[in-house]
Amino acid sequence: MKHRRLLVLAGVVGAVALVAFLSVAAAGSKKATHAQAAAIPAPRVPHAAAIRKKYGGQKITFVGDSVGNGHVRDTKLAKRFSKDTGIKVSVVPHPAASDQSYAQLARAFSSKSSSIDVAMIDVVWPGAFAPYLVNLKPKLGKQAKLHLGSIVANDTIKGKLVAMPWFGDYGILYYRTDLLKKYGYSAPPKTWADLFKMAKKIQDGERKDNPNFAGFVFQGNAYEGLTCNALEWIASAGGGHIIDNGKVTIDNAKARTILDAMRVQIGKVTPQGVTTYQEDQTEHAFDNGDAAFARNWPYQYGIGAGAGSKVKGKFNVTVLPHGSTGGSVGTVGGWQLAVSKFSKHKAAAIEFVRYMTSPAVEKFDAITNSNVPTIVSVAKNKAVVKANPYLKPAIASVPRVTRPAKFLGTKYNEASKVVYQGINQILTGSPASQVLPQIKSKLQQIMK
Amino acid sequence: MSTVATPAPVPRKRRRRTKLQRRQTRLGWLLLVPALAVVACVAIYPLGKTVYQSFTNQEFLAGLTPTKWVGLDNYRTLWHDTIFRDTVVLTIKFTAITVSFEFVLGLIVALVVNSSFKGRGVMRAVMLVPWAIPTVVAAKMWQWMLDDHTYGVINDLGVRTHILSHPHAWLAQTSTQLASVSAVDIWKTTPFVALLLLAGLQVIPNDLYEAASVDGASKLQQFWRITLPLLRPAILVTLIFRTLDALRVFDVFQVFFGYRLNAQTMAVYTQSTTVNDGHVGYGAAMSVAIFLIISLFVVIYVTFMRVTEE
Repeated sequence: MKHRRLLVLAGVVGAVALVAFLSVAAAGSKKATHAQAAAIPAPRVPHAAAIRKKYGGQKITFVGDSVGNGHVRDTKLAKRFSKDTGIKVSVVPHPAASDQSYAQLARAFSSKSSSIDVAMIDVVWPGAFAPYLVNLKPKLGKQAKLHLGSIVANDTIKGKLVAMPWFGDYGILYYRTDLLKKYGYSAPPKTWADLFKMAKKIQDGERKDNPNFAGFVFQGNAYEGLTCNALEWIASAGGGHIIDNGKVTIDNAKARTILDAMRVQIGKVTPQGVTTYQEDQTEHAFDNGDAAFARNWPYQYGIGAGAGSKVKGKFNVTVLPHGSTGGSVGTVGGWQLAVSKFSKHKAAAIEFVRYMTSPAVEKFDAITNSNVPTIVSVAKNKAVVKANPYLKPAIASVPRVTRPAKFLGTKYNEASKVVYQGINQILTGSPASQVLPQIKSKLQQIMK
Repeated sequence: MSTVATPAPVPRKRRRRTKLQRRQTRLGWLLLVPALAVVACVAIYPLGKTVYQSFTNQEFLAGLTPTKWVGLDNYRTLWHDTIFRDTVVLTIKFTAITVSFEFVLGLIVALVVNSSFKGRGVMRAVMLVPWAIPTVVAAKMWQWMLDDHTYGVINDLGVRTHILSHPHAWLAQTSTQLASVSAVDIWKTTPFVALLLLAGLQVIPNDLYEAASVDGASKLQQFWRITLPLLRPAILVTLIFRTLDALRVFDVFQVFFGYRLNAQTMAVYTQSTTVNDGHVGYGAAMSVAIFLIISLFVVIYVTFMRVTEE
């Protein structure tokens, strides 16, 4: 009997050890990409003594970034802020998929929870969350004037500044300079057709040594990121912006053509599994040297150029390709910082937002993390442009397209789900002529 | 207690219960009160509230649209909701596949670890490992293992051993996605089924088998005539548990497919309707529908098992 108990104990210990091993292995297989952000210290907090006197000792919770190096940056800045002002900031990363993150905040706001003081919110959310956010105009109105007017306007709902611009985003094309040269190309592709052709040739060549190699990767999973990708494809082919002037326009010949062109490339010049990719998988594939082209946000630049990347010094960025009848565009993304109405330490939270959206921090974020500054003077700063080539006028001045949030308000998320589910269906095999009418009618129903 | 002092009630026609019996009944109810209160709080109240919400147009971010009573509107919409219909079909398919595989495999495992051999204790503990891993962690792990591009160990092994001609995107291809997700669930839950069945096997007295051997029954006959009939209560419990669980599956699908249209279970669709779209009222109607569907399965099981028992 004793013997058996011992055996059972051994088995349980073994099982626990195995579970621990598996979780460590799972965690360990994610690349460490923190090296670069560590090099530059976080900027000091201005007027820290005055803030400490008023709010020192208070505790706030910041629901922050989780993509790329975002969480490392947040923790670093929060630590600096706590050290200088005595306000304790606990940083909680939000879910990486932005629609999940929306759900998390919506749940907290609808239950009037005071557990969140500061939250980062997507460029398409201010309309939906406005009733739950503090008007920052009285305290941060002056600082807001430093930021891009168009984003401040986006964050102003019924005259109230409900969020402060933090960093901007737009889709860009990453390409391997070494491989383009190797296969005889002198410039990145101008049109999607060019891109497919080049991707195919490079992939065929590279597969001989690396069976994992793919020509092109992007975000094809059924989530918010696919709405951004699809908007770029459709708009760059002259097919409108999903909803134009309050009318659903997605079901048109140009949109059908470009979406079908994408569909036939899935599994040919992209991995078959690209229809499950989000930003992280895209970045991993490209920075691991397994892709010739990638569509992603600017944050990927810093990781690709950093230590631990296999493509360091071997890639560059440019504007996204366009269809045969359109011009290049980039979907506007980006994040704002907002203070919850249910926060118990609103004033301390606002001071944190003031610091996080200050020119010094935006410069720090742009250089260490390759995020797009929303402060005009920072975006033109020489050191910043040097670290982030996508801020060169030729790329930064590409026409931006916005997701149709302003026509939808609180219904944006539901509408975007209809769009990305439909596009994902096209990418996994259904012809656009079958899916687009369904998207159209569902969108019309939501807008009613 | 005052009960002692109360005079005996007027005698009735039916058999009178003794004082002691009544006192014990009363005590029984008294002892049940805390448990009933807990059940009321955690089961009856939420269920009632969900049913109530399903008759309203409540939205997630309340305060933006005032909540109104809408009668059967949500149910009418649900009846014509083709996406919901697809999710029901997919969930039932998933349930049928996983529960049958888990039952057969679990029974085999249970029979094996019920027989005596060296290291049985270790075996019993080790077989539980997949069950011990949280589903989301297991799903993430399998997602990487099934990947066709950067991580996929399964494709790697398959290609190296020439079982596969080229890497497959198991989760991206519509033809293999149900099989993949079912395989993960079977891997994870078979140990649980085995554990429940093992408990059932252990209460079967050994002398029955001895007697059967003496009478010259073969091992197979013993299995069909003794093991299976006596295992019936355990089987019923196992099947009900597993079917219920499988019908409300959420985590594996959510991790693998997000909100992909042809890969949503009932629970995923309900969650996305309630939380992403913010339609709490409509989501509640879906929850009630799922509750009814699941109850239907329980009723079928219980009556079926009772009929065969007669």
